[in-house]
Amino acid sequence: MTPQSLDLTGIGKGFGADDVLKTIDLSVRPGEFLSLVGMSGCGKSTLLRIIAGLERPDRGQVSIGGTDVTETDPSDRNLAMVFQSYALYPHMSVRQNIATPLRMRRLSLGARMPLIGRMMSSANALQEIEASVMQAAETLQIAHLLDRKPAQLSGGQRQRVALARALVRSPAAFLMDEPLSNLDAKLRAHMRDELAALHRRLGATFIYVTHDQVEAMTMSDRIALMSEGRIEQLGTPDELYGQPATLTVARFIGTPSINLLPVEIGAEGVVRLFGQDLPIAAPVRHAGPATLGLRAEDLTITSEGLPLRVFRTEMHGADRFVHGHLLADETQHLTLRLSAGEQLAADADGIIHISFAAGRAHLFGADEARIATSLTERAAA
Amino acid sequence: MTVALDMDVPADVTRTRRSTTERRMMWRAFLFVAPACLLLAAIYIIPILVLAVFSVTDYQLGALSTRFIGFDNFTHAFSDAVFLRSLKNTVIYAVIVIPLGVFLALGVALLVYNRKRSRAFWEAAYFLPVTATLVAMATVWQFLLHPSIGPVNAAIKWFGFEPVSFLSNPVLLIPTMAMIGVWQVLGFNMVLFLAGLTAIPKDLYEAARLDGAKSPIDRFLTVTWPMLGPTTLFVVVTTSISAFKVFETVAVLTKGRFGSETLLFDLYLEGFEYSNTGYAAALTLIFLVIILILSIGQTVHLDRKVHY
Repeated sequence: MTPQSLDLTGIGKGFGADDVLKTIDLSVRPGEFLSLVGMSGCGKSTLLRIIAGLERPDRGQVSIGGTDVTETDPSDRNLAMVFQSYALYPHMSVRQNIATPLRMRRLSLGARMPLIGRMMSSANALQEIEASVMQAAETLQIAHLLDRKPAQLSGGQRQRVALARALVRSPAAFLMDEPLSNLDAKLRAHMRDELAALHRRLGATFIYVTHDQVEAMTMSDRIALMSEGRIEQLGTPDELYGQPATLTVARFIGTPSINLLPVEIGAEGVVRLFGQDLPIAAPVRHAGPATLGLRAEDLTITSEGLPLRVFRTEMHGADRFVHGHLLADETQHLTLRLSAGEQLAADADGIIHISFAAGRAHLFGADEARIATSLTERAAA
Repeated sequence: MTVALDMDVPADVTRTRRSTTERRMMWRAFLFVAPACLLLAAIYIIPILVLAVFSVTDYQLGALSTRFIGFDNFTHAFSDAVFLRSLKNTVIYAVIVIPLGVFLALGVALLVYNRKRSRAFWEAAYFLPVTATLVAMATVWQFLLHPSIGPVNAAIKWFGFEPVSFLSNPVLLIPTMAMIGVWQVLGFNMVLFLAGLTAIPKDLYEAARLDGAKSPIDRFLTVTWPMLGPTTLFVVVTTSISAFKVFETVAVLTKGRFGSETLLFDLYLEGFEYSNTGYAAALTLIFLVIILILSIGQTVHLDRKVHY
């Protein structure tokens, strides 16, 4: 089946008095790998379950490939889902697990019955199913495990079986609910590569729910970052990292977390940090308190600039993270990313001076939305 | 060679030392299992042995002398018309009670499980018969099924049929008591099935729906039934045992009249009414063997299918 688009319009959902989802509009392009990312409780899993049909939206419309499926039973939506728990049928062998979606769709009810089923199903259909199962198993390199029960498999192998069960019937889209969160760190990194490769090979539409921004950043074509039942920003990983639309996005994306400093936008539009004018200008209508966001790698050590007292450095192989407090305000914690070879050059008190390229700074207003900035003349000078 | 000998000495020393430790550990282990073993022996094993001894004698309760008669009691049992009839009755009773008691309970459990607010009420309602004494309840049933004053027959007459004498027509006796037996076990089995249903992970049902299991029958066959395997095994075994142990209904409702004896009732007659202790002991052994074969057979046979 060719990859399908998926459209959500005005989706809303509440449990009791709580609005879990507030008017979500989202279009997933055919063949796209889209991640829904956010803190736990942001509504991303509920949204995925609404797409799958496991949950009914209170309002709004779900359509797949242009067809409205809001009222369609999950079994008729032709979607495949990989669950966090894998949800493998424990009493079935791997082979039977993978064959289940095909048996449900290709065999008659009678042929699916125990005992009499074998007599009522055509040998042809069974052979076709067996061939598809074999193919899916080979794609995920689990052909040697087909006769085992899920209890006899490791976490990573169960994950592969769950994936094989999903891709055995070429669905309109794949839905994945934190599929890697039960794996250990190393296996998770490996499966990330495999999932991305699988997506490239199948060219299918993937909707991937995760709370791990690294997973979202590394695999996705686009990311929808959700918070409190709304989509904060929808864009490519580059856009979310380079141009975070809100403070929430800026905080969520990137390791180490973005450095945030309180600044003041003056009446003339000049941005002031601890009373000092920065070479950045903001539109005058945003005058008032604001937040300056600086990525760790955009901070550099200079001979003069903001004095910072270093209290810890963290070695990460190629990178070194330097943590310190600003002398101007000891409550402000900053993190710098240096390459491992770079000299820290702190003085006897452990104080370094830092500065940043004004063009790399992110400015957020009191409403937490991004403010477009321009460099002032002084910066050019 | 000398080197090898030198090496052997410390090895031997450690071995003896280890074996003393091992022996001490073993004694300690015996000490720990002793209370359980003693209890088992006192409550189960010795009585069964005494029973076995009685079963090869013609001992009568209160008799001053007794005689060893070998397997006469057992051979007599299999030519005793009353015993054979009671065996047949018990089998018929079990054949009705086991499937109905298990599958009706499963059906009721499935219905009750999906109730949200009324679930507690239905659970209590179906469980009540389990808490009631069967002797008292049998009297109620006697009234309900009475040919002239019972409401059941009143209903049958209202529909224009002849009244049915449930408790005096020999053909209907065992099935009637089996129905009461089903009523009695239903609630308990339902609670067991409800516990089994609660233990099934929700996402299995969701996975099945996405896999295309649209009809509830498919979801039942793909998820519910196989996942309930261990529960079903347990329910079948306990229901079979309680079916073979049927006694109260017979004792209260028919007192064995019209050829309605069951195994336990016959045993009770021989042992306590006629004081044939030796013969009753032989019957008890036969009963024990039947129960053992049933439960071991079911467990071994079904365990292979339900285990995953």
